[in-house]
Amino acid sequence: MPAILRVEGLSKRFGGLVAVDNVSFEVNEGEVFALIGPNGAGKTTLFNCVTGFYAPTFGSINFGGRDISGSPPHRTAKAGIARTFQNIRLFDYMSAVDNVRLGHHCRMHSKLWDSLFKTPFEKREEKAIIEHSMELLELVGLGRHADSYARNLAYGQQRRLEIARALATSPKLLLLDEPAAGFTPQEKVELMQLVQVILGRGITVFLIEHDMRVVMQASKRIVVLDHGEKIAEGTPAEVRSNQRVIEAYLGKSA
Amino acid sequence: MSRVRTWFQDNRRNPNAIAYSVFIIAALLYPTIVQFWTGGNGDYLVGIAADGGIYMLMAIGLNVVVGFAGLLDLGYAAFFAIGSYTYAEVASYHLGVTPVDHALHIPFWLALFVGMFIAASAGALLGAPTLRLRGDYLAIVTLGFGEIVPIVFRNGGIWTGGVPGISGLDVPTLPGWFQGPWINQNFAWVPDFRFTTANLTAYYVLMVLLIGMTVVLVHNLYNSRLGRAWMAVREDETAAAASGVNTVTVKLLAFSIGAATSGFAGAFYGAKLSYVSSENFSFIVSVTVLAMVVLGGMGNIPGAMLGAAVLYFILFWLLPSAPSQVESLASSVGLDFLNKAVPNGWPGIAEEISRSKYVIFGLILVGIMLLRPQGLLPSQIRKQELKHEEHEALTVPRQLQS
Amino acid sequence: MAETVQRLRGTFFTLNVNSLLNLAGGIAVLVAIIATLQRVFESGGTYFFQTLGFGLAQGAIFALVALGYTMVYGIIELINFAHGDVFTLGAFFSLAMMPLFGLNPSSSGAGVILPLLGLFVITMLFCALVNITIERVAYRPLRHAPRLAPLITAIGMSSLLEGVMFIWRGPFNLAYPDFLPEQQLSLGGGITIAAKAVFVIILALILMVGLTFFINRSKLGKAMRATAQDRDAAQLMGININRTISATFFIGAALAGAGGIIYGLYYNSVAAFDGFAYGLYAFTAAVFGGIGNVPGAALGGFMIGVIAAMSDGYFTVAWTRPLIFGILIFVLVFRPTGLLGMRVPEK
Repeated sequence: MPAILRVEGLSKRFGGLVAVDNVSFEVNEGEVFALIGPNGAGKTTLFNCVTGFYAPTFGSINFGGRDISGSPPHRTAKAGIARTFQNIRLFDYMSAVDNVRLGHHCRMHSKLWDSLFKTPFEKREEKAIIEHSMELLELVGLGRHADSYARNLAYGQQRRLEIARALATSPKLLLLDEPAAGFTPQEKVELMQLVQVILGRGITVFLIEHDMRVVMQASKRIVVLDHGEKIAEGTPAEVRSNQRVIEAYLGKSA
Repeated sequence: MSRVRTWFQDNRRNPNAIAYSVFIIAALLYPTIVQFWTGGNGDYLVGIAADGGIYMLMAIGLNVVVGFAGLLDLGYAAFFAIGSYTYAEVASYHLGVTPVDHALHIPFWLALFVGMFIAASAGALLGAPTLRLRGDYLAIVTLGFGEIVPIVFRNGGIWTGGVPGISGLDVPTLPGWFQGPWINQNFAWVPDFRFTTANLTAYYVLMVLLIGMTVVLVHNLYNSRLGRAWMAVREDETAAAASGVNTVTVKLLAFSIGAATSGFAGAFYGAKLSYVSSENFSFIVSVTVLAMVVLGGMGNIPGAMLGAAVLYFILFWLLPSAPSQVESLASSVGLDFLNKAVPNGWPGIAEEISRSKYVIFGLILVGIMLLRPQGLLPSQIRKQELKHEEHEALTVPRQLQS
Repeated sequence: MAETVQRLRGTFFTLNVNSLLNLAGGIAVLVAIIATLQRVFESGGTYFFQTLGFGLAQGAIFALVALGYTMVYGIIELINFAHGDVFTLGAFFSLAMMPLFGLNPSSSGAGVILPLLGLFVITMLFCALVNITIERVAYRPLRHAPRLAPLITAIGMSSLLEGVMFIWRGPFNLAYPDFLPEQQLSLGGGITIAAKAVFVIILALILMVGLTFFINRSKLGKAMRATAQDRDAAQLMGININRTISATFFIGAALAGAGGIIYGLYYNSVAAFDGFAYGLYAFTAAVFGGIGNVPGAALGGFMIGVIAAMSDGYFTVAWTRPLIFGILIFVLVFRPTGLLGMRVPEK
């Protein structure tokens, strides 16, 4: 399978602090790829580099054959990378369906003129977007909550709404930042099912996760970061038996 | 007919629908009521309302910037000034006395849009390098810009007419106009109509139409892709960017659309006064319009309109007329001595009230904000926000919840 | 090798619009400095030092007012528009209190020092009380309201204070007694500087150094810095937020009140509406130095004062105001955190 995302020699420094240090890996099309590591290993920083929130200090990020290192977030979204956030970032005072409608922004073609005068084209597009948003809400199991303010949804519903909003950008690659954090075992099972459905739609999934059971079960390949460095890469079984990974998680003396 | 009835039933409890209905009815009836009440001498009151319309237009425009996109603009009057001066340059004899030596007389209807376009461009030029900054910095940049622009016009020498400004601007014209019974004249069709101070009702009607048009357009924007993006940027810029919104462009559009509205209002203002002077665009104008938006209810179009109407009424009618009103009230209830000035002491009640106008204005601003921090007619979102904020204040700080 | 290539690519890509803008900005500053220097050399040293002295004195007053803006902004992120009027109120109040201390326009000599000291204390106290009342009445109830609500009440309070002073003494310039020595101090080489300016600068510096010590050393100062950084965390550490905010308003206004007296003593005239424009200048100074940063506000105040004096003295007065606000925009575009401000990450 061809690589959809190729990260080469990526480093990110904040002043003297090296958050990500010379990391390289490839995410293949149609797989679930996981990024794990202890707290502060630089996982979210890496996500921020891939989605354009940080410009890499060194190294390149290649997505679908194009170099996207340093392009701003809205460009990477348009190119086909969607993401969710570790600490949920929804538009609190917009309804669930409006959150998802907003996700369509970069795929819409209405111009300022169309919006000002409510042209038939604009009306048709809005109608299509609403239908598609409802469909996505159904997909994540929030069909009944379309009109609630995002803020008033339960925690698990908010996580799923964020996934729906990300899917609305019609991504080729979906980055999930600790999607199962704070979930009950039942919710985790549902999340894994949802990930399979997303895969079924031809979207590659790249996730950060702390729950080892989820990671081992769901992902095909794993990269392990520690102190910003890549210390291991491979299948779940390979990573589990890797001495450096065990040290990183349990400390050297263990 | 039944559609009308269902509309009313659906919107009986919708404050915005009620507000819009009240606005439409009031706008239609206002000239008639005023003329009836003053016995046909109410033309100046109709004119005041038309001037108030200029502020209402600005409030609607600033609401896009502040209310929709959440950008604080403290120099909104600058774009108003740019619109006015643009109109003055392109629609008067003035360019004829500058080194250009050729006066431009662009027709009113075109010149309005020239003023609007120039103001929007100024907005884009100012916004492009500064909209990347944190929110408060934008406020400060606009504050500075609002201070600079009128002084530049004042110092502009021959080009801008210096301190006295430019007078003798072209007045608006129309191919024809209805001369109505509303100003004690027979109903007739006047061809080649020129707007003059003799017929303020015409200005009023024009103003109402312009406001109506602006409201429809801004309302459309609010309910579109762009309006959603504005809301998203205001709520969480990071999440908006991750969802594919180019936050800089979206903010720049809000800023320029606000500037365009202000420039449009400015051009109209110049045409109506037939005169522009840098004195009319000071910081206090920006503050007044901002206060209108916030008092009325940020992010809600009828809220901004209501705020504009209320504050304009207080500032330009109530406060200026209060001294004489109170004076006549005092003499009619036998408190005549209050009206007499005592040397080196009591200056007379009229003078006292007129001196108190700053205090009264201040008290009104503080009072309304304390009583209704969400504004007179808040948007649903702001209501929610306020409710949650109050709730949170009593419980745990937000960062610590998860 | 690969890293070198990456680094080169890095520099190539940073050479974009931003660096071009920076280059243009640098050239503009350079041109302005050269033009000023040329005029300075034409007009000679005496005039230059007079202008500089005036600029520093005026800057010292800006700095005193700017401190209040910057402290309040640092702690509750509010542009306290009423602050400039609290400053004018200081001048008005001290003028009214003078007879109480046996001061009158003809007083002079060393005999005024002690009463003047008393005047400073009572005025600073009065302004401070006014300011904490304003905070209590107009800002505190709105701490959880939409962010613009307190801004509007700040503007309302500004109008209210101006109105009170207007009713009290009318809209015109009031004469303020001239207690300061008029002579020129010689700096050698025929260069002199006004004693008045030196007095103003020294007084302002004493107040500012005192404030810096207070903020860095005292418990309350620490509480202020903690609250400014993270109000919730400070609260969890047992800091009384309301008291800390009140103290900030208290100190800011005390400095503004002192600034008001110094303003009166230096210019010998004050009017009810002076404070607003003066406040905007001072606010510019606060932004210039880096809003929220105390030494920055002082530095910004002196720089704005000197730049304004140079523009007045060597160019035209009419363009000074646009110049100052132009600098404000310029600084925010090219160095958004001000001269001494720290970089605050967006996320």
